[in-house]
Amino acid sequence: MPALMMDEVRKVYGSGEQAVVALDGVSLEVGDDELLALVGPSGSGKTTLLSIAGGLLRPTDGAVQVGPHRIESYGPRELTRFRRTAVGFVFQGVNLVPFLTARENLLVAAEIAGVERRRARARAEQLLGELGLAGKEDRLPARLSGGERQRVAIGRALMNEPALVLFDEPTSSLDSRLGAQVMELIRAEVKGRGTAAVVVTHDLPMTRYADRVVEIHDGRLVT
Amino acid sequence: MRPARIGATEVLRRPGRFAITAAVLALLVALQVVLWGLLDGLTGSTTGAYRALGADLLVYGPASRAALLRSQVSPELRARVEAADGVAAVGGLGVTLTWGRTDGAPVPTDLAVFGYERSTGRLPAPPPPGDGLADRSLSQEGVAIGDVLAVGPQGVPIRVSGWVQDASYLGQPGLWVAPATWRRVLATAAPDRVLPEGTWQALVVDAEGDAAAVAARIARATGAEALPLDEAISRLPGVEAQRASFLQLIGATTLVAGLVVALFFALITLERVRLFGVLKAVGVSSAQLLGALALQALTVTGAAYAVGVAAAVALARVAPEEVPIRLTGGRVLWVAPVLVGTALLGLATSLRRVVRIDPATAVVGR
Repeated sequence: MPALMMDEVRKVYGSGEQAVVALDGVSLEVGDDELLALVGPSGSGKTTLLSIAGGLLRPTDGAVQVGPHRIESYGPRELTRFRRTAVGFVFQGVNLVPFLTARENLLVAAEIAGVERRRARARAEQLLGELGLAGKEDRLPARLSGGERQRVAIGRALMNEPALVLFDEPTSSLDSRLGAQVMELIRAEVKGRGTAAVVVTHDLPMTRYADRVVEIHDGRLVT
Repeated sequence: MRPARIGATEVLRRPGRFAITAAVLALLVALQVVLWGLLDGLTGSTTGAYRALGADLLVYGPASRAALLRSQVSPELRARVEAADGVAAVGGLGVTLTWGRTDGAPVPTDLAVFGYERSTGRLPAPPPPGDGLADRSLSQEGVAIGDVLAVGPQGVPIRVSGWVQDASYLGQPGLWVAPATWRRVLATAAPDRVLPEGTWQALVVDAEGDAAAVAARIARATGAEALPLDEAISRLPGVEAQRASFLQLIGATTLVAGLVVALFFALITLERVRLFGVLKAVGVSSAQLLGALALQALTVTGAAYAVGVAAAVALARVAPEEVPIRLTGGRVLWVAPVLVGTALLGLATSLRRVVRIDPATAVVGR
């Protein structure tokens, strides 16, 4: 089963003369261990596509399946539950909780998903170690470097072992060297765990880490 | 880490962020506790005598508007009251507002001299003629048991033979005496208001069954004004006005406390739209976010309550004697649920804003 399947997805913001078509009949499949890069200019619909795949937005038309979840008809509560366990997000600008330590930022994701505390702690320790953050578990985000914060965000996205991880411009605030390191890390983590990932990026050199690159223009995928 | 613990962790790790709100709330708590203390103190000094009576009803003469000084109950009226259905026991009551001084005292002390016939409530049986039971507040003015007070313009001698706790009247310490002693004081302090033998200003009545029903029956049967004790207390001069004024002040402080919490959490919510969006995006529900905010509001309010009560107690201790602050555990405890309720109401103003935070807008700007 593909990790993500989108079929003829449309997304229209507003209505009448104010209507803006953000996605126009997008069909896309992402394999269960595939790393897909999604590129395109600003306003092309990348972020909308990512938001629909992650259950942050509902499509106007079309079908969206993430693993076993057909989410296009989910209501707000079902989408909240879906986001807890089925997908991981790494947001642009990282967005860690500033007053929680690196470890606690990971635990947030696990505990709201109902993972037992001891198991969640063990998983967090393991991930932090694998992400090269051993010894920095108790640091607040303000005391971590940009790359370390990005790694904590990746750890948070991976905490619940989702089938699909979505990255929104993960290298936009990093220099090219750090950006490359982060992309290498993303690839290693995704491939090492058999997880699918969609990476939205402006940064074309970073697409070399992807298995496949898809371009989007004016809400349509360009083949 | 569950959302409620995230909220608690923020309070612990960033106490400075909550300190100003907690300080303002603590001041409001202190103010509110002191206002309650003042209200209770003032009410106590005004109404202590009536509360000391502990009777079910007070019966005043017709058209007296429940004022002792305007009221007269003749022996005939008394007989009709005694005969009314539901009346168990009756005793006469009269008061004279005057003054007295002990031998050598530099200034006289205001007194409310009560004549009474029988033991009720906290009052023992009337002392022998020439003796008086004094409100304990007189001890703060240097009066001791065994002292003789020269009462009224002609200095009627009354020996203090005991104390009665909390028994002042309209701010003047009560001196409780036998009927004959009271009539002597009345004759010298207010000769124009001397009452014939057997006539009292009011009757203290023990009722069988519901006091209000018995009062209504007495009023219908005799034409007298009969009031349950609580109502008689509220009709004492100034009591209602005092209570209403203080309650308005207390209500205003409660409102301000609610506004402080509402404003604080409205600002904090606005400031955290992105953070709340992130939490929602990773699966935290609006209810969980509101629960975390409620926990923060309760923590801040609880800390403010503890500090505010401590400040009020300290203030009551250093207040001058003439400021009658009376702090009771019940009142202090009563402030807590009101404050918590107000804080939660204040927080509720952010409810809609939190629910409407759209993770897609907050996190990815769409």
